[in-house]
Amino acid sequence: MAAELHVELVAADRQVWSGEATLVVARTTSGDIGVMPGHQPLLGVLESGPVTIRTSDGGTVVAAVHGGFVSFADNKLSLLAEIAELSDEIDVQRTERELERAKAEGDAAAERRADVRLRAATAR
Amino acid sequence: MGAQLRVYKRRIRSVSATKKITKAMEMIAASRVVKAQRKVAASTPYATELTRAVTAVGTGSNTKHPLTTEAENPTRAAILLLTSDRGLAGAFNSNAIKAAEQLTERLEREGKQVDAYIVGRRGVAHYNFRERKVAESWTGFTDEPSYADAKKVAAPLIEAIEKDTAEGGVDELHIVYTEFVSMMTQTALDARLLPLRLEEVAEETKSEGEILPLYDFEPSAEDVLDALLPRYVESRIYNALLQSAASKHAATRRAMKSATDNAGELINTLSRLANAARQAEITQEISEIVGGASALADATAGSDR
Repeated sequence: MAAELHVELVAADRQVWSGEATLVVARTTSGDIGVMPGHQPLLGVLESGPVTIRTSDGGTVVAAVHGGFVSFADNKLSLLAEIAELSDEIDVQRTERELERAKAEGDAAAERRADVRLRAATAR
Repeated sequence: MGAQLRVYKRRIRSVSATKKITKAMEMIAASRVVKAQRKVAASTPYATELTRAVTAVGTGSNTKHPLTTEAENPTRAAILLLTSDRGLAGAFNSNAIKAAEQLTERLEREGKQVDAYIVGRRGVAHYNFRERKVAESWTGFTDEPSYADAKKVAAPLIEAIEKDTAEGGVDELHIVYTEFVSMMTQTALDARLLPLRLEEVAEETKSEGEILPLYDFEPSAEDVLDALLPRYVESRIYNALLQSAASKHAATRRAMKSATDNAGELINTLSRLANAARQAEITQEISEIVGGASALADATAGSDR
């Protein structure tokens, strides 16, 4: 049996995704980090960015995560985010419009959020 | 119809209209309680994971942080009071306000100055009416608070606690809210949010036998704690807001239920009175007729003679 780790992706107001995975790649403040089963216990601060989860059945789940934490212990990985969206929940056209609007208004935070969403949606 | 009877009929009509309204409000509140409870449940995974992480950092490293260290002699405390925007909820708001008053008194006895932060129009009105100073207040989202609202509330509080007391910052942060125990029971309580007592947080995670692993911190324990604690405060405030909302709806439901019951009772009493009045009216009419007839008979009997 291939080694697996249990992943819980939770946003502040709901549970976004949970299941078994073989690899999780997330972006912390000090760079991308990949977690595989048996990793050392870890607690890190996440940057806004896409999180890639390779599920144990060979699929890939991508989510846009805006700030939060990653914690790993006992083969259980928790991704805590204030806001998290799965890539297939993201409406690409709307996000593109948002990106344009943010650029026009010079709203850096909104621009970054829209950019992260777009990258997550296209990385599917 | 006699005047008395008409008055009763009119009152019955108005009470039944009121009953319809309170019945509708009761049902609306009942459905909202369920919704609010579901939101509390949905926010639980995040809160438990966050609490776990806070405990892990707190116990796994010797990091000192302004949010976890007790001030040597605290001189100022902030109270966050959660009330609702709307009334018609029985003693819900007055209980929360009373709990806040007691806490204020206790803190002042301990020689601390108290800053009030208030959520909900009811609490704001209470403080304004007494012309007390309110450091900051928020209204408009108490029925269905979102995480963004919790962030909005938490921001100035975290800022205040990070500031030096001499420059207007606070040493302690207390929160007063109504805990949703069950549909029938909601209790107003106060809790100290900051500085954090890590032992208490550890107890909350309930798993006493569990030994937390030694974590690797990315980038460093200080940075993780720095980022973690404000989120922890936000999540606690979010949870308190949700519980408060659920409690408020439950209190409304109960208040409206007893209003509906009372209206029903009143209608019963009034219809009995109306019946009695109708009977009295009929009796009076009959005796008038009988009286009139016998007077007439007496008169004719007299003329015969």
